[in-house]
Amino acid sequence: MDKTVNQKAWFLVLPVFLVVAFSAVLPLMTVVNYSMQDTFGNNQFFWNGVGWFKELLDPSTDLGGRFLASLGRNLFFSMVILAIEVPLGIVVALSMPRQGWTVAACLVILALPLLIPWNVVGTIWQIFGRPDIGLMGYTLNAMGLDYNYVSNAVDAWITVIVMDVWHWTSLVALLCYAGLKSIPEAYYQAAQIDGASRWAVFKAIQLPKMNRVLLIAVLLRFMDSFMIYTEPFVVTGGGPGNSTTFVSIELVKIALGQFDLGKAAALSLVYNLIILIVCWIFYTVMTNAGAERKVQAESEPATEPKPLAALKPVTALKPKEGVA
Amino acid sequence: MARIDLVDLAHSYGGNDAPQESFALKPVTMTWRQGGAYALLGPSGCGKTTLLNVISGIITPSRGKILFDGQDITPLSTQKRNIAQVFQFPVIYDTMTVGQNLAFPLKNRGVPKAEIDKRVAEIGRLLDLEPYLNRKATRLTADAKQKISLGRGLVRSDVAAVLFDEPLTVIDPELKWQLRSKLKALHRELDLTMIYVTHDQTEALTFADTVVVMHDGRVVQSGTPAELFDKPAHTFVGYFIGSPGMNILPAEVRGREARIGGNVIALNRSYDNLPAGAKIEIGVRPEFVDAVAPAPGLLSAKIDRIDDLGRIRFARVRIGEAKIAARAPAGFTSADGTAGLRFDPAHVHVYADSLLVEGAA
Repeated sequence: MDKTVNQKAWFLVLPVFLVVAFSAVLPLMTVVNYSMQDTFGNNQFFWNGVGWFKELLDPSTDLGGRFLASLGRNLFFSMVILAIEVPLGIVVALSMPRQGWTVAACLVILALPLLIPWNVVGTIWQIFGRPDIGLMGYTLNAMGLDYNYVSNAVDAWITVIVMDVWHWTSLVALLCYAGLKSIPEAYYQAAQIDGASRWAVFKAIQLPKMNRVLLIAVLLRFMDSFMIYTEPFVVTGGGPGNSTTFVSIELVKIALGQFDLGKAAALSLVYNLIILIVCWIFYTVMTNAGAERKVQAESEPATEPKPLAALKPVTALKPKEGVA
Repeated sequence: MARIDLVDLAHSYGGNDAPQESFALKPVTMTWRQGGAYALLGPSGCGKTTLLNVISGIITPSRGKILFDGQDITPLSTQKRNIAQVFQFPVIYDTMTVGQNLAFPLKNRGVPKAEIDKRVAEIGRLLDLEPYLNRKATRLTADAKQKISLGRGLVRSDVAAVLFDEPLTVIDPELKWQLRSKLKALHRELDLTMIYVTHDQTEALTFADTVVVMHDGRVVQSGTPAELFDKPAHTFVGYFIGSPGMNILPAEVRGREARIGGNVIALNRSYDNLPAGAKIEIGVRPEFVDAVAPAPGLLSAKIDRIDDLGRIRFARVRIGEAKIAARAPAGFTSADGTAGLRFDPAHVHVYADSLLVEGAA
């Protein structure tokens, strides 16, 4: 109630507002402007209304077909790498040492892939997988496996997925490790006293306590993999054919390859919107989970529990009862 | 349910080769009888939690053996030891309901479902947790959570002992009383051996029928609350138990007399064989020293202040450098800031190097 009212404080926000206006709002409006028009070069533009958007969402057109196919590939890619990186990250975090000099060594080794620039990662795997001079490609072929990511779509997918797992599992592992470190020793001691098996400890203590960091990990990995461009572009260039062409690669092809600014602008807006929506869903889920925790801490035992279980995505990862 | 014997048990966090003075738990041999209510009392860092964790198996002792009913269980892991322990801060499995939390120790040991339900219902009833059994355990207050932890400790009927590691630290004082009486009642009802670690003497004296006092990694005395009060075996026990603690004064003791400065205090027993070269002190509880008007033959002391505790007043006095607390009888005042001290000879104890010396009759 006795809060000081001082509207002049808005002036303090002004610099940020200006910076954001020039760096984000104006470029974005340019894109919005492009998305409504068609161009044939020479800086000549023709009004097209929502035509590009209609085409984009219609699979029977060339643009729509390409967009929806790449979107499908992208979603599939994100699901696959999440399904691999999250459990693998948890396993890595669980098997890391808790104390001693080995902790620092593990952290450094885990952090290394994260420090390598995207295009370098791509180049590393591009060479690594080559059947003629690449260590992996040559070895696999020498073992009698017909591996060639340039000509075989499955091989290309495997290469791109393995590369992403190599590059980013560390992130999930480090986040999980931080979550694990925050569990007080008393929990493990109590579990020992209660005769809990290793699996029961994981289920009853470690997984619930990693809940928050896992949400962050899933969010980060989903966003990043959904926006992936550089690594698969360097390795496969989106091929063979269109088999590893993700949305961002398609976008660059349309914008810079064909110079279809209108189509590309419409595509990038829709692409942006999808990412925003997914971000928003994650953010809501996470803050709700946090708010629920706060309510729990403050509420008296007499209050009725709310059915919030549906808001905890991690319960989906929870193993079935009775396996232990 | 079992008798627990500790045989020459010791633990050092620095390894077995560390000098014995640095041991967190110095060699101890003692027996905890089946069905007893024990309190392990001592200041922070005296080794009581170490002793508890050694018994439960969280820590493997550097030396010695632990026997349950004569059987050596030292190498066994905590899971195989059949012991329950409740920790200082509530440990809750927060994806489970209160009932599932209580059932967890039984479920892990493959107890049949009907038996689990029966035990959970019983413990829920004893701890007043019945209304919450089907509720998520995260949505509860700290004391309800600690009750769940207590419940998990008590739910197994076949444990050798239940160990409590300062379990009421996080609980409000009023609830503390309730829970402590509840634990006492549970002890009578369930016939379990309970070992209760605390640094709070009231808690120890009200809970236990045997109090084990620890100091600097050593068990210095084990006895009933009355024994600890009347006959502290170590100056530390005298000082630690009672409020204010026992007065400890350096003195010269010969026969039936103790000399402090030039004054003589009469003793009830004769002390002729005191070890030579030992540090001799007398100990007397404030309750057995009266501050009266100065008179010849009485030890004279300077009054620092008088603490009025309501039902009793204690005079804080000084003889030379030594500080003494003495009972100030009703109506006692001092005109010149000095008082005479009258000791009750039956309650003056003699200590040689901090250990109680039994005098001859």
